[in-house]
Amino acid sequence: MSLTRLPSIYFSDEHEAFRKSVRSFVEREIRPNADAWEAAGEVPRALYRTAGEAGFLGLRYGEQWGGSGQDFLATCVLCEELAQGDSVGTAVALLAQSEFALSALADEANDELKRAWLAPAIRGELIGAIGVSEPAAGSDVASIATRARRDGGDYVISGQKTYITNGPRADFVTLAVRTGEPGPRGISLVVFPTDVKGFQVGRRLDKLGARASDTGELFFDDCRVPASNLIGEEGRGMQYILSHFGGERLVIAAFAVGIMQRLIDIGLDYAHERSAFGSKLLEFQTWRHRFADMATRLEATRGLTYQAARLLSDAHPGADLAVSMAKLDAAASVQAVAAEVMQLHGGFGQIEGSPIPRYYRDVAGFSIGAGTSEIMREIISRALVKTKELR
Amino acid sequence: MKVMVCLKQVPHQDAKLDINSDGTWIQEDNIKFEINSYDTYALEEALRIKDADADTEVVVVSIGPDRVTQALRTALGMGADRAVHVNDAEAFGSDALCVAKVLAAVAKAESPDLIFTGLMTDDGNSSAVPPMLAELIDVPSATGVLHTEAANGSLKVERELEGGAIEVVELPKPCLASIQTGANQVRYASLKGIMQAKKKPIDVKTAADLGVSDVASKATIDKVYSPPKNATADILSGSTDEIVSGLMGKIKELGVL
Repeated sequence: MSLTRLPSIYFSDEHEAFRKSVRSFVEREIRPNADAWEAAGEVPRALYRTAGEAGFLGLRYGEQWGGSGQDFLATCVLCEELAQGDSVGTAVALLAQSEFALSALADEANDELKRAWLAPAIRGELIGAIGVSEPAAGSDVASIATRARRDGGDYVISGQKTYITNGPRADFVTLAVRTGEPGPRGISLVVFPTDVKGFQVGRRLDKLGARASDTGELFFDDCRVPASNLIGEEGRGMQYILSHFGGERLVIAAFAVGIMQRLIDIGLDYAHERSAFGSKLLEFQTWRHRFADMATRLEATRGLTYQAARLLSDAHPGADLAVSMAKLDAAASVQAVAAEVMQLHGGFGQIEGSPIPRYYRDVAGFSIGAGTSEIMREIISRALVKTKELR
Repeated sequence: MKVMVCLKQVPHQDAKLDINSDGTWIQEDNIKFEINSYDTYALEEALRIKDADADTEVVVVSIGPDRVTQALRTALGMGADRAVHVNDAEAFGSDALCVAKVLAAVAKAESPDLIFTGLMTDDGNSSAVPPMLAELIDVPSATGVLHTEAANGSLKVERELEGGAIEVVELPKPCLASIQTGANQVRYASLKGIMQAKKKPIDVKTAADLGVSDVASKATIDKVYSPPKNATADILSGSTDEIVSGLMGKIKELGVL
């Protein structure tokens, strides 16, 4: 038994064909290996290569760099399907590369940097990470302290990053550094190759969920990188980061849509087969109605997420608001559905070895990563206040 | 070089199958379909020839109702150049010989250098169509192929034999090979490939268009049913000696020896 998706006005036949292709990737590459990768705390490097060959790592980027030149709706399809592989960490590891590490590089860097870093990362030959968060600067990006001092033709970088997805194995980091004054205007983005002297990976962080994605601390001690590794213009890093947060937040919302679909599917199968007091669980009105609520919540999140994807693709002025609403809603909805499906499974849902407890843990961070729910509410409320002032 | 690849669209391996109301086939409404797994390896083998030699044309052929378009679009998205869709109610689901007759008519019209098929289908499991097709168009064939190497004028294949032995055979072109699963790593259709596939042609034909008649199945399915579930299984435990003597006891008890 499976929940049928309502027809969507947003997707073409080609999107649906792509969905099938990603689904077969999930069935062949991810689901059979999910337990092993979750236990190992990382996905094999070869997976990036396989995903690169399938064209999954460059959906939105220019064809001259090996990308597909598509929009955020294609990203939604990819995320929804990858998240159904029973290892959210694997989906996170791939999207931390294709969306988080590469988007600013693709939009703002010069051709030389794109040739050297973007194209091989799209092919899956290199692993990339985005390096923004620091021990004392999470949501408050403007207060990052990692310093890049100009010395001749180089930047000399010192500081520390933490919670960096793909960080422990990254070949390069799209790194936020302070090149100027305190505050948002003193921040720049550079491509940081991790084979530079003075760079060190600290602890691999043992996370509650998304355990197949490796996350860690990075240390920079007088690391020299050529000044030509600067992405775009000096001092505009904060602007680049903020403008690319939209994609990251959409990714989380689309993951949530996929996970809700998967959990409801698993739950329906269980409720159809499991009996209590002489009846199937699905014959109890309480469970039928709870499924009705979950399915409705999924479709609402889906609609909001696709709407945000459309506005983001069109660079619409309302895109930030839409994507913030989508992420805020998606995080709460997927956490509610994960709890509900766990409740449905009773004792069985508590036992490791089924996807239920894993998804429950995996989605706990959805209200935190790529912008907390508190920050989402702040963005939304600011937009409301602004609208009121304009009246 | 031209390579023709025969594909069948079959119920998805994870589909939960119910039997239809008259008990003669499965209910096909509301289940997912996919390309027969064996055929995906045949397609990949053809696409590898095209990867090595860009002048190669890969033509995919399938018999079936409208839904088969999806399977053909997937194959085109993976890199095939064009498709022939035989959309013919009589030919679809017909017996092996009639299916082979229809495919033979396509092969005669296309004159491919190579024909690749899957070793069998996930639904029918007969393995009969590939050798019948080869016989009808009078070309040599090899079944259960794990590796192919196309050279000028011939195709060298490694085929799987019982007991893990491998037989190496060289077939003069044109020829047919039915490909075993695991022969290669099947690629995924990329979004770019899928977008490009929009422009690739799918030629829709009936059996009559191909000059073939009398393609309705000569075999009829009397009944399809799920195997009855046995109530219990006895699991013997203990040392090897205890298990063996327990098993002997059971055999005697059932009087099967």
